[in-house]
Amino acid sequence: MSDPIIKIQNMNKWFGDFQVLKNINLEVEANKKIVVCGPSGSGKSTLIRCINRLEEHQEGDIIVDGNELSEKTKDIEKIRAEVGMVFQQFNLFPHLSILDNCTLAPIWVKKMPKKEAQELALDQLKKVQIDDQANKFPGQLSGGQQQRCAIARALCMQPKIMLFDEPTSALDPEMIKEVLDAMVSLAKGGMTMIVVTHEMGFAKEVADEVIFMDEGMIIEKADTKEFFANPKSDRTKLFLSQIL
Amino acid sequence: MQTLNFLKPNRDNIKNYSIIGSFLVLVSLIDVISNAFLKVNLTSFLPGSLTSLFPLIIGLIGLNMMRIDYSGNKKLDLLNKNINTNNFNALLTLVILFSIIKALPQSLSWMIFDATISGDSKDACTGTGACWTYIKVWFRRFMYGMYPNEFHWRINTAFILVIALGFVGYFMKENLKKYLALYYVIIYPVIAYLVIYYLISGGSFGLQWVETGAWGGLSLTFIVSFFCLIFCFPLGMIFALGRRSSLPVIKYISICYIEFWRGVPLITVLFMSSVMFPMFLPEDFFMDKLVRVIIAITLFEAAYCAEVIRGGLQSLPRGQYDAAKSLGMGYWKMHIFVILPQALKLVIPGIANTFLALVKDTPLIFVVGLAELAGMLALAKTNPKWLGFAMEGYIFASIVFWIICYAMSKYSYNLEAKYKTER
Repeated sequence: MSDPIIKIQNMNKWFGDFQVLKNINLEVEANKKIVVCGPSGSGKSTLIRCINRLEEHQEGDIIVDGNELSEKTKDIEKIRAEVGMVFQQFNLFPHLSILDNCTLAPIWVKKMPKKEAQELALDQLKKVQIDDQANKFPGQLSGGQQQRCAIARALCMQPKIMLFDEPTSALDPEMIKEVLDAMVSLAKGGMTMIVVTHEMGFAKEVADEVIFMDEGMIIEKADTKEFFANPKSDRTKLFLSQIL
Repeated sequence: MQTLNFLKPNRDNIKNYSIIGSFLVLVSLIDVISNAFLKVNLTSFLPGSLTSLFPLIIGLIGLNMMRIDYSGNKKLDLLNKNINTNNFNALLTLVILFSIIKALPQSLSWMIFDATISGDSKDACTGTGACWTYIKVWFRRFMYGMYPNEFHWRINTAFILVIALGFVGYFMKENLKKYLALYYVIIYPVIAYLVIYYLISGGSFGLQWVETGAWGGLSLTFIVSFFCLIFCFPLGMIFALGRRSSLPVIKYISICYIEFWRGVPLITVLFMSSVMFPMFLPEDFFMDKLVRVIIAITLFEAAYCAEVIRGGLQSLPRGQYDAAKSLGMGYWKMHIFVILPQALKLVIPGIANTFLALVKDTPLIFVVGLAELAGMLALAKTNPKWLGFAMEGYIFASIVFWIICYAMSKYSYNLEAKYKTER
């Protein structure tokens, strides 16, 4: 058993007086796929935003790939470059073409030569099947295409970990599948993934473990089969009965 | 109006109504035009007060008859939709139209037909119209101020050079494009300064020294506006970012700066720069008055620019910051590549607004003794040989300023269209 790539210990976080995350303990090993689910407002998104320090936690430790995240962390950019993130609202850069969206960070953050970065970007775009849209602008693409581009953009940084923050929640139903397909093939490629989603079909297909959160706490954490077949807490049972 | 109901067309004779209606409007227009231009009163057979109201009444009836919904005639529909929606709007349309027609002959004859432009002294202006001779004689002063006539080519050359250098960005090779911002923010102003210093000020290369006190007219307007515009924008950007910084010291310095300069009238800033500021300087340190004024206006306008740019920064969704950060970009990379390109695009109208205001604020430097275009006018109109032509001067100045400002606002529209992106 290898060392966990993400280790969260006794983490607490407040927004003002309101405690969003309560005593979170979580270990994720390399190449594992974790699905986080739970009702809205339960702190799922905040949890994964803490992992690349888009949100700051107040208590406890978060260790990502051997680096502890705290105010003292000097080169947080370096850690973020190792952790890709895909957002609910895609957050593509609207003033740049699809290709430039993908090459921007590799060129300026990783100092990759432009040509190499473009080859890499086209390669990643091909994997999510939008390489033919490379010269268009985000505003000209459908939601599903934009989200696949966002996945390609994150992958162009060749991250060790990918975080997905409800990647399909803002999409039309018929576009959800194309995004999920891209994520499934990514998972099969062996990427470490933490996915916040309500797509239970996706969880059943690829997840190694499922975490159920409510009111800022991890209520249940179990192997996928176990989680769906035999949920332990009543809150989880209620949630599953409503969502499935 | 209930009483006018009999004038409402019914479906069967729409054509008759529209023809009669337009005929009546035409009659009213002919009456007003002949009255204004030919001084012929076609309706003199009517009693006094009715004569002046006649075109209005006829026109109103005509417009009322023409007001046909869905007439099928595109032009008529357009007219009805825009200026003839109801009786009140029809009345307003007519009143405005007639006022313009009535005012036209007088202003035209004053400005053009009765105006004088020949001769080169006040004696030439004997007519009742405008005296453009005044503008003609003073033209060089209005353009170049007290700058010696034989050296005007130096100003012209300097301006042509500076404008040409401004276009360098268009012809830069693709691999040099990344230095574009560096060029415009640092290199270009320095070169422009050197060009203007050595050509217009002179003092070396065999060119005679001309002190800045002699500079003036439109060329001074351009010099002051040019340097203020080019410096206040980057400075404003820095303070806009500073005000949003998470570092308290930088944040509060920026807030103090912005609030200080926004709270002080420009005219006191100019006084301070030319009267008070030299007192704080060491004895042997000399800074030209023009330079001090340019610095003062730049610092002043930078505060306004900062707030406009901050508005743009705030309108960007938080997701853009998140996405840039999650890709490992630091503060500067995030702002240079992701945030500022989008924010600056959004603030083009606001920045254009600030810049236009800046150009129109330059006449204020007259209070410290620098006479740009409007300042030269003020000097010229008190010249004993040329008393009484203030009106011509101000019309000339307004036309010049209008052309400059209109060109700037057109340019800003073009920029907006060029950099428009879909969200």
